[in-house]
Amino acid sequence: MTLTDIIERCQALYDDLDFGYVDEWKARNPEGKAVGYLPTYVPRELIWAAGCLPVGIVGGGDQLEIVKGDACFQSYICHLPRSVVELGLSGRLDALDGMLFPATCDVIRNLSGIWKLYFPDKYVKYFDVPHNYDSRIGGEFYEDHLHEILAELEQLGGRKVSDDELRAAIRLYNENRRLAGEVYELRAKEPWRVPATDCYLLVRAGLILSPDEHCAMLREYLELVKLEDRPLRDNARVLVVGAFCEQPPLDLVRALEFAGCYVVEDDFLLINRWLGDTVDATGEPIHALSEAYLKTPAETSSRYVDDDGRKGRYLVDLVRKSGAEGVVFAAPSFCDPALLDRPMLQAALDAAGIGHTAFKYSENTGQLQPIREQAGTFADTIKLWGTA
Amino acid sequence: MSTKVVKEESMVKQKEMIADHFKKLARAKEEGKKVVYTFVPGNLTELLLAFDCLTVHPEINALQSGMRKKSGEYIAEAERAGHSEDVCTYVKCDIGMLMKGNIGPTGEQLPEPDLLLLSYTGCYTFMKWFELLRERYDCPTVMLQVPYQGDGEITPKMVEYVSRQLREVLVPKLEEITGKQLDEARLQELLASSARSEENLVHVLESAKNRPSPIDAYFGGVYYIGPLFTAFRGTPAAEEYYRMAAEEVDQRVALGLGPVTPEGQLENERFRLVTEGPPNWTHFREFWKMFYDAGAVVVASTYTKVGGTYDRGFRHDPSRPFETLAEYCLGCYTNLNLPDRVNMIADYVRDYHADGFLINSVKSCNSFSAGQLVILRHVEEKCGKPGAFIESDLVDPRYFSPSNIKNRLESYFQMLAQRKGQKVTA
Ligand code: SF4
Ligand code: SF4
Repeated sequence: MTLTDIIERCQALYDDLDFGYVDEWKARNPEGKAVGYLPTYVPRELIWAAGCLPVGIVGGGDQLEIVKGDACFQSYICHLPRSVVELGLSGRLDALDGMLFPATCDVIRNLSGIWKLYFPDKYVKYFDVPHNYDSRIGGEFYEDHLHEILAELEQLGGRKVSDDELRAAIRLYNENRRLAGEVYELRAKEPWRVPATDCYLLVRAGLILSPDEHCAMLREYLELVKLEDRPLRDNARVLVVGAFCEQPPLDLVRALEFAGCYVVEDDFLLINRWLGDTVDATGEPIHALSEAYLKTPAETSSRYVDDDGRKGRYLVDLVRKSGAEGVVFAAPSFCDPALLDRPMLQAALDAAGIGHTAFKYSENTGQLQPIREQAGTFADTIKLWGTA
Repeated sequence: MSTKVVKEESMVKQKEMIADHFKKLARAKEEGKKVVYTFVPGNLTELLLAFDCLTVHPEINALQSGMRKKSGEYIAEAERAGHSEDVCTYVKCDIGMLMKGNIGPTGEQLPEPDLLLLSYTGCYTFMKWFELLRERYDCPTVMLQVPYQGDGEITPKMVEYVSRQLREVLVPKLEEITGKQLDEARLQELLASSARSEENLVHVLESAKNRPSPIDAYFGGVYYIGPLFTAFRGTPAAEEYYRMAAEEVDQRVALGLGPVTPEGQLENERFRLVTEGPPNWTHFREFWKMFYDAGAVVVASTYTKVGGTYDRGFRHDPSRPFETLAEYCLGCYTNLNLPDRVNMIADYVRDYHADGFLINSVKSCNSFSAGQLVILRHVEEKCGKPGAFIESDLVDPRYFSPSNIKNRLESYFQMLAQRKGQKVTA
């Protein structure tokens, strides 16, 4: 395999709106089931341990023609649910035996109900997360919820899951997230080596590939990429935030780079790094998953920040850690979580003297010129003045 | 339509209650009263009253700003300050009002909060709303997470989670802020009083099963829910209000009278409707007029369940104070899943003998609106009655297009008239 082969494979997975890999995986694992999930976070460890393939569904991108999905949502609702419904109603998700809808926002929450109405024979679950971070209160609730989901997955998969199997799944995903984190770290250090689109496609592949296969791919990429010499450009280093759910089209990610930005950190597909490798793989596994969620310092819009005055500090820290020189707020149109958070995050950046720019997109945005120009101006400002 | 302006005693009473509440708020600081900002769905009025706290509901501020034609200016102010045009206008209206001095509906400044009680019930935006507000106030915030009924049921674990947060997080915080210990007996009295008012509220709402309906359960309904959904649950004033309202409704039923509208008594009930979604506040009267001019009466609405689904049997139970408050929060309408919402609307159409149902889809509210087109089709299928779909907003006047809405409603009413074999009038 060469680097090009790896990225081409990722691109093929990205382009395949029929999720052919799921059928292949099922053919190889005749007993196995497949369970889809929406952004931003679900404990994939439970799904995998139950003998099911976790499949991340993050919309239909810019290549999917929307016919039925538009009839389900008003014009002032973001694009993601309509493409997800399109995928479902056009039969492209038939290979999925179940779907998890996490508590990311009210659109995804209500989509869980739509799924129950449209697919009454499938396993459909709303996945809640705690906003009370006390292990005895929020933790207890969350552990009960995880046990409930595990029991339902066991029923779906047709077998009991042992603690050892759960611990093995935890180890595997810890490793998977560690490797994805390593790609991100390398990109932050030497962004010319890891183009933003390569990084995106690599982690995106983790939404569909089995975790062991994805780990192997990441390892191979990390080995090969260090040998590759790519020209260093005089780009500005930026962090992209707000794109944690509906995904920007790949061309938009590319456009940022062409406009003179090195993306050194982003929140595109948080699940691939959320919780890092911090889940304890030695103790009681459900408790370990719960504790890791409760204690992570990571922030995203759908997670309540309970310590007054702390809002935005995580972002500022991430800017410092990644060496970003400015922040690009990229939010899907009509995305309440990203857009309601933005003024608070902007205020935190202002207080820290970090420059920022903002635009909106949708997964099928075709008009990239204005965004390219805006990103170009932003990059120029950083390069000229050291800050935007 | 009789053009005599009718003001029922209960309406006068409610006006007095609200005026009195705002007076108390205006004096709160000098009288050393603690002020808690909290939301309507999942409000914990009895618990707050047990600590003698006064409540401010930011959604009520926003809707009142809408009715007073102030919301457009407040929203513009918030957008100028960097808030996106895409997000919930209740939040922007509230923030704009705050930026303009936080002047309440009585012209007096609202007191700053001593606590932001984030009752996280049925709406994601609530979380951001109070995260935004707390940047402007120097007071603690308590998050009370109310799990969503994803599977259409309230489980014992959910009740336990909410009641533990009440006991172990909220009560200690209230004790700290007010310097008082919780008097559980007083809380129980307040809850018992709530249950009595709730009984009468349900009586009022269910009176719409009569023909003609003595009430309009949407436009008129928002007045009937007012005291119980806000600062007055558990108070003698609320009990008296609901007693009066129930008596008035009984009298109207006995006399065969239709609902009271801003232009007097509705005398010819032509269509009976169920509505889903909140009303528009900036053009509230104009919107209502489109209905009563056509003889359309709303006999049941989901909006009047956002602060509690009492008609499904829930009553606050003083013998289990924390669990009952938890169950109350968990049961609010926007915390129900979509299949349950479909069932509720279809049941209303059947039980209230409605000719059809109407969805007012508001741009602001993902909690209500995401999925309403799917609800429309499923309810139609379930109850065999036609639905109509209109779009507006809560408090952003830019999104209320009177001519579009009127056209849409007129053709809907014509269709209903044809189905009922009525003479079609323009
Ligand atoms: S893009 Fe935003 S609003 Fe839309 S589903 Fe995702 S988080 Fe929710
Ligand atoms: S999104 Fe809906 S429920 Fe939430 S604050 Fe706005 S109007 Fe209210």
